[in-house]
Amino acid sequence: MSGQGASRASADVIICPGGPLLLRGDHVIADEDGVEHTTTRPISAVCRCGKSATKPWCDGTHKAIPARNRP
Amino acid sequence: MAVLPKPRGPLSEELVGRLVAGGKVAPLAVEPGSPEDAALSLWILYELSYRGYAEVDDRLEHDPELVRVRRRLEDDLEQRLRARWPGRPDVAADADFAEAFFAMIEADDGPSLARFVQREATADQAIELLQHRSLYHLKESDPVAFALPRMPVAARAALAELQYDEYGGGRPERLHAHLFAEGMAALGLESTEGTYVDQAPLEVLEQNNAMSLFGLNRRLRGAAVGHLAAFEATSSLPCRRMAQGLARLGLPEEVRAYYEEHVEADAVHEQLATRLICLPLIEAEPDTEDDVWFGAWTCLETESRVAQHLLERWGVA
Repeated sequence: MSGQGASRASADVIICPGGPLLLRGDHVIADEDGVEHTTTRPISAVCRCGKSATKPWCDGTHKAIPARNRP
Repeated sequence: MAVLPKPRGPLSEELVGRLVAGGKVAPLAVEPGSPEDAALSLWILYELSYRGYAEVDDRLEHDPELVRVRRRLEDDLEQRLRARWPGRPDVAADADFAEAFFAMIEADDGPSLARFVQREATADQAIELLQHRSLYHLKESDPVAFALPRMPVAARAALAELQYDEYGGGRPERLHAHLFAEGMAALGLESTEGTYVDQAPLEVLEQNNAMSLFGLNRRLRGAAVGHLAAFEATSSLPCRRMAQGLARLGLPEEVRAYYEEHVEADAVHEQLATRLICLPLIEAEPDTEDDVWFGAWTCLETESRVAQHLLERWGVA
């Protein structure tokens, strides 16, 4: 099996195919409406599919949409 | 400290007696009277490696005779779990690990307790489920913590990062097991470990023993993190359903808060566990790959057995 896990391990921003963007460290994210959201975890997952109910954070909803519509 | 459970057969009876009596344990020739007796006996022995019991000498954790009995019981459990495992999924050699892993999770069609709680469960059924869940949630992330020093560098760093979040990021009030204990207290339930072991059916005992088996044996470190990844990958959406179900039933905010926290936390953890823990482990130690899949499958299979058992008993399966 292939993959680039080890080489990606220490990046600050990690894009998960079909899923969220992982953000390591403390950040403030401005959403579409300009509202600011502060990270609260060592690593946060930012929604990329647009369907999360807790945007800007990922809530796993990408798994409930058809694979072809995932980011 | 945990509460010693009530024995359920000749072996657990004998074990509890020997534990309370203290001193070096003499050869113990008693056979388990049933699968439940064997599973409870193993749970009782494993607990010596977590919190221990007020009335039991801590040195008994490594008493040679108790270690021998534990080893025998866990060998039986491991053989049973491996016999149920259909083997590693058939994936192309150049396939992406995370993609193959999430595909296996998606293909799982086991019954969902979270869906039942979301839509139909009565308050009594939801509370019974929380009592069964307490066996694990009160030691949330503890079994896999034993695997931490046994990981190669990249996987160890990522597992520590995941566990830092599980253990509250330095803030006791955010520690996940503590959030669950607060939820139980708000419901008027006992949050001392072991309290609800007496009600736990075989399936729940086995589900918990499997996690301890994987966590406490270095050779099974692949299964420990495979189990973790599958657990996290089947958590976000079910936790949302649980939170909605508990709200529907008007149960206290504290118990919902535990599940709400897991919607976001586990959306992060499933990615971390799959891409930054399991994959780097497999890359560094390819011999562990089979066990990563075995551990993941065991997570899904033991949960499916718990769900089947409870839904049947509640007359809905």
